[in-house]
Amino acid sequence: MNEFINVLFVIILILNLFALGNSRILTIIRIVALQGIILGALPLFIEHHITIPLLISSVAAIILKGFVIPLIMMKALRDAQIKREVEPLIGLLPSTIFGGLVTALVFFISSQVETTNQPEVSLLIPTSFATILIGFILLITRYKAISQVLGYLVLENGIYIFSLLLIEAIPMVVEMGMLLDLFVSIFIISIITNHINKAFSSLDTRNLSSLKE
Amino acid sequence: MIMIFLILSGLSILFISGVPALFFSSSSEKGHYVTVFLVVLGSITGCIGTAFSFATDIPPTLIISWTIPLGNFAVAVDKLSAFFLIPVFIIPALGSIYSLGYWKQKEHTANGQKLGFFFGTLAGSMALIVIAHDGILFLIAWESMALSAFFCLTTEDHKKEIRDAGFVYFVCTHIGTLILFIMFILWNSTTGSFILTQTQTLSKQTTGIIFIFAFIGFSFKAGFIPFHVWLPDAHANAPSHVSAVMSAVVLKMGIYGIIRFSGLLMVSEPWWGIVLLCVGAITGLSGIVFAFSQTDFKRILAYSSIENIGIIGMGIGLALLGRSYAKPELVILGMGGAFFHVLNHSFFKALLFFNSGAVIHATGTQNIELMGGLAKKMPFSAFMFIIGAVAISALPPLNGFVSEWLLYLGFFKSIEPSTTSNITLIALAAVVLAMIGTLALATFVKMYSIVFLGSPRSEMKNHSHAPALSMKIPMFVLAGFCIITGILPVLVTPLLDGAISAWTAYNPDSLVISKLIPLHFITATGLLLIAIVIIIIVLYKKASTPYKTIKGITWDCGYTKPTPRMQYTGTSFAQIITQLFSFILLPKISKTSQLQHFPEKTHFHYTVADLILSRLVYPVLYFIRKLFFRMYIFQQGQPNLYVLYIIVMVLLLFIFGGIGVDL
Repeated sequence: MNEFINVLFVIILILNLFALGNSRILTIIRIVALQGIILGALPLFIEHHITIPLLISSVAAIILKGFVIPLIMMKALRDAQIKREVEPLIGLLPSTIFGGLVTALVFFISSQVETTNQPEVSLLIPTSFATILIGFILLITRYKAISQVLGYLVLENGIYIFSLLLIEAIPMVVEMGMLLDLFVSIFIISIITNHINKAFSSLDTRNLSSLKE
Repeated sequence: MIMIFLILSGLSILFISGVPALFFSSSSEKGHYVTVFLVVLGSITGCIGTAFSFATDIPPTLIISWTIPLGNFAVAVDKLSAFFLIPVFIIPALGSIYSLGYWKQKEHTANGQKLGFFFGTLAGSMALIVIAHDGILFLIAWESMALSAFFCLTTEDHKKEIRDAGFVYFVCTHIGTLILFIMFILWNSTTGSFILTQTQTLSKQTTGIIFIFAFIGFSFKAGFIPFHVWLPDAHANAPSHVSAVMSAVVLKMGIYGIIRFSGLLMVSEPWWGIVLLCVGAITGLSGIVFAFSQTDFKRILAYSSIENIGIIGMGIGLALLGRSYAKPELVILGMGGAFFHVLNHSFFKALLFFNSGAVIHATGTQNIELMGGLAKKMPFSAFMFIIGAVAISALPPLNGFVSEWLLYLGFFKSIEPSTTSNITLIALAAVVLAMIGTLALATFVKMYSIVFLGSPRSEMKNHSHAPALSMKIPMFVLAGFCIITGILPVLVTPLLDGAISAWTAYNPDSLVISKLIPLHFITATGLLLIAIVIIIIVLYKKASTPYKTIKGITWDCGYTKPTPRMQYTGTSFAQIITQLFSFILLPKISKTSQLQHFPEKTHFHYTVADLILSRLVYPVLYFIRKLFFRMYIFQQGQPNLYVLYIIVMVLLLFIFGGIGVDL
């Protein structure tokens, strides 16, 4: 079982790098959706006793992260009529390498720090931090609004992984609340993206600098 | 207990007085009448409660615990509070009546209801400040007053200069409040609670620090120089009845704070009094010098308010010194003069501001250089102005004289042979007070002669009309108060004695004002003066009846082509004295440099800006702003960059958290 969980974490990390190295936004949406499904399923493997609330929150997370949000994003993408991130701040290959380096760095640091959590999820903390940082890299290096939303989603996934540590402590209501927050924010961002597209006739967030003083 | 409930219900009615009007159409006068009715009702209720609380010796206290963290809803009405409740309940009610004619809802559909609403909350929160017995409640009421006053004075917020004046006021009042926060935190940490009761166990250092914070914090509201920077613009740009309330009552809340806290802190040192005496003297003198040099009707009155605040400050300083050196006469005369002047100033300054509203309403300008000859068109205003001017210049037989007389007597008491030598220097303050009085007289002579005498200096809006009845009544009432309290100060002195005894327990001989000074002498002299004036008028009329009166142009004097421009202007009238004081006024003069042999077109321009605001506050703020312009490089407008800032910040926090640095 332990091995299997670690495999899942490694898949998540690889998906991160894929997301960094891909220019087709549709593909990235799919990658993030897959990551979401894995994340949703993770608690079922980590916990020894599967309870009804755990099942509910897990299923909700899978549906939301794996299907609903990607569908919203795809619709936004169709409305915006763009396909790829043309010229990111850092090129695709360099950002993939950079992401790999960050991941390695996080693993190195976390190997130096002693933690008290169970040994079967030893990859949990480094994976979570690596995912958060890669979310940040996506947010910083991409100019298209939709790509930035994807960066935000990856970042959120990282936070979600971290919250698995506390899965026993967090009541289901809080977890559901978090999911609802995510859903609403993506929903709103998609609408805003649409409006940005209409106002600037592009999704390039560099145009937003005309709003500054 | 009954008086507390009366006062509380009065102030609650004041608080909500503007609410019903919001439901009426914005172009109908009915709502306005309802507002005025409620304000008057609330004020009368409050006045009855105040009158009752003068009659009891034990201050009634009401403490209700509430769900707001910290503090209680605690109110107490001792005689000090009751004394300050008098102007708080009287002036806004008169101002509200005045607004019926001055700020007609029909003519001000956009902001009349808003003004009515905030005018009510302003009056209500001031009443709450005065009776608050708990630091938190005090701060809540204080903030509520500051905000209400802000919205009142920015009534015409579509004008840029009014927004600017409002902004300066807003910044100043919040700096003051911030300092009061510090003061109350110190208070809480040293006394252990927010309840405002007298403290006898604190050390001198602690009380000294609390006193300094209280003095600076309250000075921002009272308008002591150099904390007055908001005051002239705010008073000049607000509607006149708001200016009247601001000057007559809101400033007094600052004075109330200083008096209240200097009373609560029982342990004091002589330097407290010296600070107040010096700041008061500087404020009074420079206030009146600035007033003299202004040409805007309401700015003159605003600077004159600063001057009067200075006089009150000198009185408080004298009383504090008296307390430190165990001289009950100084306490009684200083505090008595200060209290009396608080009351008097709220009467005559409100009268003058109401009057200024009537004049400005009629002429359409605030610049006195454009006025002239109004005494013929507006005899009522001219007469009311004379009463206000005589009172504010401290001339007998009106009330301003009595309060300043108390102060003079107090200052002279300090050089009596029996006193120790270290306080004889206080007597110098009498000299300053005399200078202030003289300059005040000069200022109001200038105003009266420029505004009401001579002939019109410009094509004024040609409806120079008599003010409406609703504007006359408040002025008439206030003029009546000025005359009555001036001739019969015996009516007021028991209230003063009560307030002094509530302020400090230190009065071993249980002295009262009427024992120290012959009040009936003032009454007799006042009546005699009035009689003499009446006799002169009667004799003059009698002597002049056999002759025919020919009416001509003012300053006609046999000149063939007189024009109004030949008259003295306000600036030229003031020139001698403004030149004397040019070292603090720093006037900006622009004129044609050389006069040619043949007359050419020439110009002369003379402006006096506020010393502290234009030479100190603005330059410093502009410099700081320039520094902060460099921060603009961080504002690139790119979301990516902002995310980068976040991650840098997060990483920094991690690093500092990791190595255990306390941020």
